[in-house]
Amino acid sequence: MNTGAHYDVVIIGAGLSGLSAGIRLAHFGRRVCIFERHNAAGGLNSFYSIAGRKFDVGLHAVTNFVRPGVKGTPLGRVLRQLRLDRDELGLCEQRQSRVAFGARGELALRFTNDFGVLESEVARAFPGQAGGFQRLAGRVRATSFSPDSPALSARAVVGEYVSDPVLADMLLCVPLFYGSAQENDMDFGQFAMLFQAVFLEGLARPFEGIRPILRLLVDKYRKAGGERRMSCGIRSIVARNGRAAALILETGEEVEADHVFSSIGAVETDALLVGGGHEAGAGPGAVPGRVTFVETMAIFDREPSQLGWGNDTTVFFNDSERLAYAVPEGQVDLRSGVICIPNNFDFGPDRRLAEGVVRVTCLANYDRWAGLPEESYVADKKNWFEKIQASARRFQAGAGGPEVSVGPVASDMFTPRTVERFTGHRNGAIYGSPTKNLQGATALSNLYLCGTDQGLLGIIGSMLSGITMANRHVLAREAQG
Amino acid sequence: MTKDECKNAVIAIIADIAPDEDLSNLKPDVRLRDQLQLDSMDFLDIVMELRKRHGIEVPEADYPKLASLDSCADYLTPKFDAIHAARRAS
Repeated sequence: MNTGAHYDVVIIGAGLSGLSAGIRLAHFGRRVCIFERHNAAGGLNSFYSIAGRKFDVGLHAVTNFVRPGVKGTPLGRVLRQLRLDRDELGLCEQRQSRVAFGARGELALRFTNDFGVLESEVARAFPGQAGGFQRLAGRVRATSFSPDSPALSARAVVGEYVSDPVLADMLLCVPLFYGSAQENDMDFGQFAMLFQAVFLEGLARPFEGIRPILRLLVDKYRKAGGERRMSCGIRSIVARNGRAAALILETGEEVEADHVFSSIGAVETDALLVGGGHEAGAGPGAVPGRVTFVETMAIFDREPSQLGWGNDTTVFFNDSERLAYAVPEGQVDLRSGVICIPNNFDFGPDRRLAEGVVRVTCLANYDRWAGLPEESYVADKKNWFEKIQASARRFQAGAGGPEVSVGPVASDMFTPRTVERFTGHRNGAIYGSPTKNLQGATALSNLYLCGTDQGLLGIIGSMLSGITMANRHVLAREAQG
Repeated sequence: MTKDECKNAVIAIIADIAPDEDLSNLKPDVRLRDQLQLDSMDFLDIVMELRKRHGIEVPEADYPKLASLDSCADYLTPKFDAIHAARRAS
């Protein structure tokens, strides 16, 4: 075995959290290397090409959008900490979104980046609940997400303010789909973070989707002096005397580092540990998550607005009396999901995406996809693709009118199996372990978690996760002598 | 180094950390926190940038001395001078 390099900091995974931690640490003079298994950066928020067409994975929208001049929010914090100019992100705001419940979405709450719209929608659809909703929003505003907050059930807290269970489901629906690793509930701190990120702040997107964000971060990291090894995974982390003493790369090389950040998930990090003294594991109480999704992407030769999608940017739908955010019995749960129309961000008068895109995400069951022989896997994907897109069409703004039936010119679909293959997340659990490790500390004194299993959510949240963990475990500690 | 030069060095750091803040009318005797939206992460960055750019160490116990531009100048000018003197000597 070769004895290789020594770094101040090694980061496992070139996703948004790993890159952000890397930028901070390299900027302040640490010798940093990021190891990434794949040849592309991005992790859970990446992209791929098929026949020259780029498909984003993960990113529906950048949450936490605020307009210039609004300070003290997560977006502002990320821009400052990474020394980014907000114009470099080129964020374009959503047009409008809806939470649509009922067989054809007849009970709907519209929301935009102006919170007043949702307030008046709640007052219109649930007149008796308007006061409670206001007080809930006040509670969310007063909640600051801290690593030391006690765990609380979001469902229980929402229920204290909103007595109508349908409204409670409608309000929970968005944070659940955008970040809950738990079935049917989530921690109130995480709920508050997402409520704030989506409703009180807002949704936006760069014209080209996730790619310019990744380019920007990779570039910033490189200019700060950070090193990257792509297509180079970690085979194991050697624990010795309570420390991560060395990392063995898939190539067999050995690398040492004073500090190790892992963004690959708690149980996934645990699985790399060899040697003694790490029995407490990388994430106290971490168990593999089970919540996972399928996503269909349909590409059209015209704007989705011409196909009945109106101005909707995202639609969170549910056709049943109550929302079941849980692992379905079958392969896919068609009753609920999220529709995203990237064309319906406001790119300005002179820019539009080259093709129409309709993405639909539904809850799925990992076990029912994982073991399939290749032939039935392909057939099942094709079969579910049609069903999912048809299920989503029920929630078009103009539903009930004549249905425009134009087939897609191209399509793709990913399943829990794809998620597991490309992100390494056990069970294809996009949001990782239901138990989060907010402090990021592990049983090894110099090994820390960042990213999904640390518990900050969304694009801006992932970046903030890398930033806060780098600050907490390396920079602040050293600044304070 | 004059105290004004020292204040300008601090303003240059804040301008990079918080480019969205208007620094043109800062009152030197008023706490920075009362004039600008700076949180504890930003203050940590001021300390780290002082070290990175100028080799100046600010121990945690001295963070309150960075409260206003005037107090920064009083506290940091001798440190800048000491570093410049050491560089000349070496």
